[in-house]
Amino acid sequence: MRKRTWDIVLIAAVLLAAAVLWLCLRPTETGASVLVIRDGQEIARYALQEDRTVTIGEADYNVLEIRDGQAAVIDANCGDHTCVRTGAVSRAGESIICLPHRLEIRITGGADSDVDIVAQ
Amino acid sequence: MQAKKIATMGLLVALAMVLSWVEQLVPLSVAVPGVKLGLANLAVIFTLYRIGTRAAWGLSLLRVVLVSLTFGNAYSLWYSLAGAVLSLVVMTLLRKTGRFSLLGVSVAGAVCHNVGQIAVAAAVLGSASMVYYLPVLLVSGTAAGVCIGAVAAILVRRIQL
Repeated sequence: MRKRTWDIVLIAAVLLAAAVLWLCLRPTETGASVLVIRDGQEIARYALQEDRTVTIGEADYNVLEIRDGQAAVIDANCGDHTCVRTGAVSRAGESIICLPHRLEIRITGGADSDVDIVAQ
Repeated sequence: MQAKKIATMGLLVALAMVLSWVEQLVPLSVAVPGVKLGLANLAVIFTLYRIGTRAAWGLSLLRVVLVSLTFGNAYSLWYSLAGAVLSLVVMTLLRKTGRFSLLGVSVAGAVCHNVGQIAVAAAVLGSASMVYYLPVLLVSGTAAGVCIGAVAAILVRRIQL
């Protein structure tokens, strides 16, 4: 086969893998709780339906806002602010990640959903 | 090593560093971390095709260490290093098979860079949630690999060292 053919096979394979992963991992269930996880350990858990604003951490802080059934990081002193730009999450399995602070904010469903089992 | 090669390599390492810096100046504002063009891969691929495998490895690893020390933090070194090594391994192997053009090698390199970074991020966080970013990164990595590969192919063809 010509090189171009192999290139196209490679690109198609990667895109197919992306599509399959996306279909398998797509969060659909509305979440119930907001888990705050640092270094893989759960440090807090809040109900998604109760509005509140909490500051997680002291020197390295992320401000978590839960409002109208959605969770978002509205402020942080990490370098890249990826967590803030992620925006609001609300579905089971979705998460906001702040790598500089090794922090993860994860939405979980009411019961243990398939997504949770994959995530663990 | 001959003086000319030392000078060339120094120039390419500097170029790779500048490309990384330019990339950080113009962040693609996307909610998913890791979506980027990978401009520095231009220098790596050019070196891989124009000078050789060992030179490309040296250039890429040196760039990662220098860029992390200059612009990054303690963690960014490990993400970048994992991405760079996986990307180099796959690009070297695919090139050796002789079946893929530079464009295919570039796409594989870009995608593997993302995969390596995700793997380290998952290990650091102690959670597999980063996997949710993988589909987006596979698509953005492919697009970035095509762009960088197309430009690198022109550079490799036109620039004589």
